[in-house]
Amino acid sequence: MSWLTEFVRPKIRTLLGRREVPDNLWIQCPACQQMMFHTELDKNLKVCTHCGHHMRVTAQQRLGWTFDEGRFTRIELPKVPNDPLRFRDTKRYPDRLKEAREKTQLDDALVVAHGTIGGHRAVVAVMAFEFIGGSMGAAVGEGIVAAAKLAVLQDAPLIVFTASGGARMMEGAISLMQMPRTVIATRLVKDAGLPFITVLTDPTTGGVTASFTMLGDIQIAEPAAEIGFAGARVIEQTVREKLPEGFQRSEYLLGHGILDMVVKRTELAATLARLIGLLRVKEREAA
Amino acid sequence: MRHFLDFEKPIAELEGKVEELRKMSEADGINIAEEVVRLTEKADRQLRSTYARLSAWQKTQVARHPDRPKAKDYLAGLITEYTPLAGDRAFADDAAVVGGLGRFRGRSVVVLGTEKGSDTESRVAHNFGMARPEGYRKARRLIELAGRFGLPVLTFVDTSGAFPGIDAEARGQAEAIARSIEACLEAPVPLIATIIGEGGSGGAIALAAGDAVLMLEHAVYSVISPEGCAAILWKDAAQAPAAAEALKLTAEDLRRLKLIDAVIAEPLGGAHRDPAAAVGAVGDAVQAALQPLLALDAVTLKARRRDKYLEMGREALS
Ligand SMILES: [Zn+2]
Repeated sequence: MSWLTEFVRPKIRTLLGRREVPDNLWIQCPACQQMMFHTELDKNLKVCTHCGHHMRVTAQQRLGWTFDEGRFTRIELPKVPNDPLRFRDTKRYPDRLKEAREKTQLDDALVVAHGTIGGHRAVVAVMAFEFIGGSMGAAVGEGIVAAAKLAVLQDAPLIVFTASGGARMMEGAISLMQMPRTVIATRLVKDAGLPFITVLTDPTTGGVTASFTMLGDIQIAEPAAEIGFAGARVIEQTVREKLPEGFQRSEYLLGHGILDMVVKRTELAATLARLIGLLRVKEREAA
Repeated sequence: MRHFLDFEKPIAELEGKVEELRKMSEADGINIAEEVVRLTEKADRQLRSTYARLSAWQKTQVARHPDRPKAKDYLAGLITEYTPLAGDRAFADDAAVVGGLGRFRGRSVVVLGTEKGSDTESRVAHNFGMARPEGYRKARRLIELAGRFGLPVLTFVDTSGAFPGIDAEARGQAEAIARSIEACLEAPVPLIATIIGEGGSGGAIALAAGDAVLMLEHAVYSVISPEGCAAILWKDAAQAPAAAEALKLTAEDLRRLKLIDAVIAEPLGGAHRDPAAAVGAVGDAVQAALQPLLALDAVTLKARRRDKYLEMGREALS
């Protein structure tokens, strides 16, 4: 596959099942407070076996659950300026980045991989909420663009799992410009006749929602994910009204015609496989 | 009555004195011309030096100045045969986004603006320039209309941001903004955006993803308001001046970062001191930006616009 060596350096070939937690760990569900043994919880893709609450998960876990047999190839994403504004609040931005990188072992809040889903080639980008709240700066924007280009080169659909508090404030207007940049990424995929599918997970807010996320050919959300543009607190302060029950949750958006479907995590991979199969009647033979 | 900002108080005092002397001389026939000239010059110098080195936070206040010319002033001053068009064809007409057909220096164009209003009544009517999904959907509709008839699009952006409301979220604020950005990027005609006051986040970029983005000298353009940023990162909204500085939201900073194309000089003391001059300067800058784009065909224009945005953000301040 010469395009791959030309375009991107494969990063890590990872298999599902890498131990990330100690053996004797009981985990409490934040929704129903019930305890579960970690292996039981992992087997259920971090969905509470008692109440069905979908816990937040790492980008790496997502990739493993999405691709066939948990096999995928991660790609190295283009480098961007580390601290373009020399931003400093109570902390220096480079220090925040360093901390996040050490904590997550990620370069920034997006990972991109390719593999197969239900036997169909696919490129999957996953936002990492664990990295500065999944906020979108130049690195995330550049990663979405790279994922789109990879999808076009591979003649594969692009699937993006979103999880983000919004813009990376420490990159100022550069983070704002990732909105048009990621919108262009969606056009690259669509203009090539390929499906662009977004899977919205908890939480998906701000500029990430108001750009590529809402331009999916198909828009799926996990149950009860927080999804919106403006923050709930800001809205409450502005309109001085109590927010309606279930406001800005997946089911609310589904009811308002903004999503195609709400799908349980355990059924996501199969749903994606079915959708790709249905959409891609002209799929080229694998090179 | 001219509205003075806090940091303009020394200028206000000098100008007040000049005014007083003028009145005295008229009443008493005393010749104090020399003193008036001296004080006027002093006030001018003060104004010049103050405005030559406004901080990011001061610029934010100038950008929000109640007397600053608004989108409708630019439409009135630059567009003839202005014919407003209304509605998103789905739910409502949003008065926060104004626009329609008209002529700019003789050429038929589509114009769009976020309108804040200029007195209490019009501010409420225009929802303080904060658009709902209908506003962005109207923008998209008009941009597509422009494309169909080969008309350039001129946008005038002045908004603190998209309206954070229950209704706005329920009707798909995020989707409406995303589609409006997409419409800007996909337009087969030139799109010139001018940030005339506040360029507030997603609500601004929705109308500003153009071939050329111009910014008035004291306008600001940011991913979040300084107050909002301070509340989140400093956990103290009073740190807004520090946040404004850190966000690099001034026209000059954004030009250095290559996020905007040109800075339009304002009349001395800000656009609100001489709205007609500010409107004229914007007209000239829009004309200069538009002219070279008119020769390009739709395919070239779109490709060029994509490249422009894809190249963006590789620049860093040193
Ligand atoms: Zn539970």
